[in-house]
Amino acid sequence: MAQFKEGLLYSESHEYIRVEGEFGYIGISDYAQHALGNVVYVDMPDVDDEVTAGEEFGAVESVKAASDLISPVSGTVVEVNEALENEPELLNKDAFANWIIKVQLSDSSELDNLMDAKAYEAFCENA
Amino acid sequence: MLNVQCSMNFKFFPHTQDDLQAMMAKAGVKDLDGLYAQIPESIRFRGDYKLPSEMSEMEVRDVFAKLGSQNKQLTCFAGYGVYDHYTPSVIPQLLNRSEFLTSYTPYQAEISQGTLHYIFEYQSMMTELTGMDISNASMYDGTTAAAEGMMMAVAAGKKQNKVLVSAGMNPKTREVLDTYALHQGIELVTIPMKDGVTSKENLEALLAEGSVAGVMVQQPNVYGIVEDFTGFAEACHEQKALFIMDSVASDLAVLKTPGEWGADIAVGDGQSLGIPMLFGGPYVGYMCCTEKLIRKMPGRIVGMTKDNRDQRAFVLTLQAREQHIRRQKATSNICSNQSLMALFVTVYCSLMGKQGVKEAAELSYAGAHYLCDELKKTGKFQLVYDKPFFNEFFVKYDGDVDALYQRFIDAGFLGGVKFEDGLLFAVTEKRTKEEIDNLVKIAAL
Amino acid sequence: MNNRLYGNLIFELSKEGRKGYSLPKNNFGAYEIPASMKRAEEAQLPECDELTVVRHYTNLSNNNFGVDTGFYPLGSCTMKYNPKINEEMAAQPQFQNLHPQQPADTTKGALALVTLLEKSLCELTGLAHFTFKPYAGAHGELTGLMTIDNYHRSRGDKARKKVIVPDSAHGTNPASAAVCGLEIIEVKSLANGQVDLADLERLVELEGSSISAMMMTNPNTLGLFETRIPEIAKLIHECGGLMYYDGANLNPMLGACRPGDMGFDVMHINLHKTFSTPHGGGGPGAGPVGVREGLQEFFPVVSPYFGNFGVMMRAYAYILSLGREHVKEVGPLAVLNANYIKESLKDVYELPIDTVCCHEFVFDGLKDKSTGVTTMDVAKRLLDYGYHAPTIYFPLLFHESLMIEPTENESKETLDGFIAVMRQIAEEAKTNPDEVKSAPHTTPIGRVDDVLAAKHPVVTYRQLKAEA
Repeated sequence: MAQFKEGLLYSESHEYIRVEGEFGYIGISDYAQHALGNVVYVDMPDVDDEVTAGEEFGAVESVKAASDLISPVSGTVVEVNEALENEPELLNKDAFANWIIKVQLSDSSELDNLMDAKAYEAFCENA
Repeated sequence: MLNVQCSMNFKFFPHTQDDLQAMMAKAGVKDLDGLYAQIPESIRFRGDYKLPSEMSEMEVRDVFAKLGSQNKQLTCFAGYGVYDHYTPSVIPQLLNRSEFLTSYTPYQAEISQGTLHYIFEYQSMMTELTGMDISNASMYDGTTAAAEGMMMAVAAGKKQNKVLVSAGMNPKTREVLDTYALHQGIELVTIPMKDGVTSKENLEALLAEGSVAGVMVQQPNVYGIVEDFTGFAEACHEQKALFIMDSVASDLAVLKTPGEWGADIAVGDGQSLGIPMLFGGPYVGYMCCTEKLIRKMPGRIVGMTKDNRDQRAFVLTLQAREQHIRRQKATSNICSNQSLMALFVTVYCSLMGKQGVKEAAELSYAGAHYLCDELKKTGKFQLVYDKPFFNEFFVKYDGDVDALYQRFIDAGFLGGVKFEDGLLFAVTEKRTKEEIDNLVKIAAL
Repeated sequence: MNNRLYGNLIFELSKEGRKGYSLPKNNFGAYEIPASMKRAEEAQLPECDELTVVRHYTNLSNNNFGVDTGFYPLGSCTMKYNPKINEEMAAQPQFQNLHPQQPADTTKGALALVTLLEKSLCELTGLAHFTFKPYAGAHGELTGLMTIDNYHRSRGDKARKKVIVPDSAHGTNPASAAVCGLEIIEVKSLANGQVDLADLERLVELEGSSISAMMMTNPNTLGLFETRIPEIAKLIHECGGLMYYDGANLNPMLGACRPGDMGFDVMHINLHKTFSTPHGGGGPGAGPVGVREGLQEFFPVVSPYFGNFGVMMRAYAYILSLGREHVKEVGPLAVLNANYIKESLKDVYELPIDTVCCHEFVFDGLKDKSTGVTTMDVAKRLLDYGYHAPTIYFPLLFHESLMIEPTENESKETLDGFIAVMRQIAEEAKTNPDEVKSAPHTTPIGRVDDVLAAKHPVVTYRQLKAEA
């Protein structure tokens, strides 16, 4: 069963963001990780790249599927999780502990468009 | 009504009358027509196709023999991207093994190791020839491989959609690039030539204008000239553009490789590795790239893995890039490779081996230079550009080119390709000294 | 099959100094390739004698399965018999040695063959002209869409950039549209597998002037004939779009119905499906594109010459062999074979849409889902019994899709044998599910680790050696 972790915000394209001050850690939800199966590759942006809310910033690949990563917020990439380069399976082990990029938010009002854990769980149940 | 009577009288249909009756009963229809009851009558085809009547094998042979006799057999001194190289007798016989010939794409790895195994070998051989890290399982031909290379550069380049193309590319390739670019919204800009080679100054100026995703050059270029690409890759990389080289596969046995020139993507046609000319196809395109770009590469890729008995095995891999999964987000719509022709090239490289591919290239080089010297000696020919060439060269003829070309044909020679008011001659290891001397005699008349 | 003895790569059989070729001596004199042109390191190709090479590839072929090996009911691929006469015709030296740049008056036979094949295909499809430039089905799709795009552009109708496809379409359709710079919109299917006309009307209403084309196969991906095709074509034509026919499923239409008569304007044909040219392990095929009168001027240049000419020769030999008498029996016999299997198995396999099918049909796995045996397991178990697996997990409309297409060439005995084995597997799923789930057992290799291959790609011998 997929976990729906409290305290995070979720998008309809199954990314989560954990907000800490002006920064946000973006990853894929446990639900998304289950749906993808064994992750074999994570395509990540470079540090200093700009990301835009609703636009793609990378992709996650499993053996039989590939899914674009859609940024839930706009901002600048300040860090990428390099551990995923060699161990993409970390996303299967713990999707919430293994964020993909850290972003400096440019417009925190965008967070209002995202769902909390409860709303996201309901969203997934109806999917 | 469909005539069920004659079905049992044809060699490709095994159904007897009894079979038909039993099967129709099971399918719940009274006659074969009943199988199409759902089709609106207004669009049913009820007539007879206007086609010839069925033919026996002997009659089919006769039709093809007659057609074949209308083709003039010429001794080939033409190139222009298609070369008359030698085909070892082993190859067609192995290609006719019907376990290769009549199989589909190797989706079921357990019963397709033959195909998967040779594709892995093919990929290994193409990376050896090109000096690149990675190869895909092959593409349709050289021109479409170039188009895929162009699209790959744009896809990798994020928001840059300009590709610079040397005027030294074969116009046949350029035409295909133009087609794909038009629909993709890619802007193609030509890098002009200077004295028969790509102008580096112009390249640098065009790169400086920005938003260039890739730069494509051909080696040897359309005039047969072996260009010096020193500094090209560096100039591209400074502007974050990918450097794409299109080369004749067989020449890479001896020529400095795309890898050595610093290319990010190497494309071209493998036809020169012994594949018959056959009026334009089937050939095989190759595409290789650096390790960094592997997930941007279109087409199939075979990788090594293990089976559940701990044996080494091969399998289609990185499929998540491909059209059947990515649908409209795939960077290419390519589904198949040119598998059987990849097998052709693989067996060719196995037989010819490390030494044979070099020897064939050296013979082609020697024959072409001998022909060039002999033509020059007639006093009627001169090289348009005095630049180093490989096995193809471009000359001006002091006289009526059309009349000369026809004289060649009348004597049984395909005397090069007429192009830009000159003649482009190609020589391969198949051309003997005697054939060359005879060609020169006609040229000297 | 003998993977253990002959599992080596050709590189692993190489020994320095061996050779498998012979070339004439160089008697042109001393023409040395200048060092400045040359590569620094030699290409590390294998060095083998001729017998070693012949034996290696012969043994590899023994690890393969082709139509000549056994029944190959691979849905949507039309794995029909590839007649041997076709190969003999394509191998003739009078064609093999033709350079594509030869002047037309020296290639009259080859050009005549192109014209004869074009006429035959026009007759069989009800269209007016064909281009032979496309090298494969996907290449044909792209060519056809480019033709349509060029047509709209020529009329200054530049906003037409949307292509409607049914939600059951093969992934290649949207990918081809994207490469052509077009956008896909999906039209829904009804419970009976057919295009939802109401949804199509809604889309046409909404997008009318931006619709470039509607792209579909008929019969569709489920092997069902789209009975409302005349209305669909009318809707699309009225809003200014063109109808594109994906010829992937043309085989059952031979003798029954022509795409041109259904209302299609542009189509491609997979010569390697309907016209019996061998699949070759994934190519070369050919995807000629046909159009209605007037559209031929919009054909794009997608390859330099006549595409895969050798494939065209085979297709023409096939058409001559069948003649007008037998071409029209191809469709009915293929359809009969498919329905015979369907009716013989639907009590043990789940048939989501129980109706007369065309050349193929789709089961949604075993009827009894309690055993835990999946479509993948059934497919792998079939390999043990000497059959190629059907197409699995496509179309995406069902979770456990198992798509079966027998073709017209298979005898009742072959079909009965297959049916018996499919029933036996259904039985094994109940009595000995582990045997099925761990299949195949008799093939040269067992199930492979896809994750290992994708996570850490090793795709060349050089990389393989570096691993060791």
